[in-house]
Amino acid sequence: MKKVYARPKSLRKGVSFHYCPACGHSIIHKLIAQVIDEMGIREKVIGVPPAGCAVLAYNYLDIDMVEAPHGRGAAVATGIKRVLPQNLVFSYQGDGDLAAIGTAETIHAANRGENISTFFINNAVYGMTGGQMAPTTLLGQKTSTSPSGREAKRDGYPIDVCELLASLKGVVYLERTAVNSPANILKTKKAITRSFQIQRENKGFSLIDILSPCPTNWKMNPVEACRWIDEVMVKAYPLGVIKDLTK
Amino acid sequence: MAKRLMRGNEAIGEAAIFAGCRCYFGYPITPQNELIEYMAKRMPEEGRVFIQSESELSAINMVLGASAVGVRVMTSSSSPGFSLKQEGISFLVGQELPAVIVNIMRGGPGLGNIAPAQSDYFQATRGGGHGDYRTIVLAPSSVQEMVDLTIEAFRLADLYRNPVIILGDGMLGQMMEPVTFPERIEKIDSPKEYALTGARGRPGRFIRSLILDPKEMEEHNWKLFRKYQGIEKNEVRYKTFRLEDANLAVVAYGTAARIAKGAIKRVREEGLKVGLIQPITLWPFPSQFIRKCSRNIKDFFVFEMNTGQMVEDVKLALEGEGRVHFHGRPGGTVATPLELSRIVARYYYQVKKERGR
Repeated sequence: MKKVYARPKSLRKGVSFHYCPACGHSIIHKLIAQVIDEMGIREKVIGVPPAGCAVLAYNYLDIDMVEAPHGRGAAVATGIKRVLPQNLVFSYQGDGDLAAIGTAETIHAANRGENISTFFINNAVYGMTGGQMAPTTLLGQKTSTSPSGREAKRDGYPIDVCELLASLKGVVYLERTAVNSPANILKTKKAITRSFQIQRENKGFSLIDILSPCPTNWKMNPVEACRWIDEVMVKAYPLGVIKDLTK
Repeated sequence: MAKRLMRGNEAIGEAAIFAGCRCYFGYPITPQNELIEYMAKRMPEEGRVFIQSESELSAINMVLGASAVGVRVMTSSSSPGFSLKQEGISFLVGQELPAVIVNIMRGGPGLGNIAPAQSDYFQATRGGGHGDYRTIVLAPSSVQEMVDLTIEAFRLADLYRNPVIILGDGMLGQMMEPVTFPERIEKIDSPKEYALTGARGRPGRFIRSLILDPKEMEEHNWKLFRKYQGIEKNEVRYKTFRLEDANLAVVAYGTAARIAKGAIKRVREEGLKVGLIQPITLWPFPSQFIRKCSRNIKDFFVFEMNTGQMVEDVKLALEGEGRVHFHGRPGGTVATPLELSRIVARYYYQVKKERGR
């Protein structure tokens, strides 16, 4: 019988994800592991997990990883990549991590054109701490720290990270994808591959903004959460390639 | 090797290069700017990594990344910037990663000023950041010691897998003195078993400080504690000056120790039996030695360029034996040896009268 699907080799055996049902992290971890396997780069990859739910990524991905303080993933990845330019370095960060506390590190790593891959998991809330308002929380979206809904006058506007970074000359590739449907998951996998390829070709900084469901903190069931990405989130954060200087 | 005339900040930079420092990450702040500028020129000449980061926070986290892949790495700053590095220093300790961090102190708190001070003794010797930890703290008092202790800092950081702080001040950073470098250095950049290099032919390894299970976290804390016990046992360093027959010991480090030395030379000319205890490692503190001194010396005069920080360690060391007097000049003021000699002499005679010697 032909084998059409197997557990990626770069996922540790015998461990199951601690993530909530339908959380995007499990899917994205699996995609990263698949891409690493398919590109044959497991021995070259060094990953930087964030503070947040995905800090435990090293329990699942069977690759070298070093945990970064909250928001500092881009700086830690910079330190690694500058010493080991032949290795492939990625930072895995959430929205609070990358676009609030780590804004400076992100913008400046991008602006230096650091040859690293950034996987930006955008679920519009702080997941691990219990669903507080994030920089990407949508206007009107209710969270535990915006109980009546995010209000621009009080809370500021949602930050579109791709648009923010697009103006920087050091940034070569920006794409926004989602992991709420099989088609979107395949596109996300392609984008992750693309990002590693860009790095392997020494082309510079790339970021994949991945819209990811957080049913627990959105207080939705998995189906509703996936639908909410399509019906609401995508309107604020349109999917597609935002910037591509590789051609 | 021939003598070279060097500024303190630059001497630290050259010593780091000599010690095999592969990366330097820094952010400008006075009075340590000569160091980042020196590294900006010299590191690329040596084919090594230099980045002027967007903040001290970013610099210390670049340090973390470079240290995780197993190379010698340094950053430097001055008091307000050193505060910003505390987050990363705590992570380096938790993850047991070596690094050398230079603090060329200035007057404070807040922005304070840019004049030499010893404001940050507590911050350096008590860990500084969150989480129940220690860092080795080396206190040079000359440009030559800045060279020697920088080289030593890299060795100690690797040996104990712990950050090492070099605690200087604006005066030491700015002053020029002749220095010599050692002929050669012991082998460096040996492969480190924890270093991340890509999981070639082995399972992936990770470096973390997150330990959610309290029992495991407790064990990690005790493991660090045992490491600190080893450091306290093996790495205490201090110097003395004319202590043999002294009735009064001045305790001072760094620039303050230099001033104290000048003051002691003056009062010695007048026949006052005063000596100097100069801690080189501020942590581990030379507590046992000071306690031992209390067998013969009953009076200790602590001089610091702050309102009294190390004096607490002297008192702790003495455990009630001997009397401790403190003199401080905070805020970036620098006492002259003459000024200090008068204060020491006054105290000496007061003590003599009281004790009836």
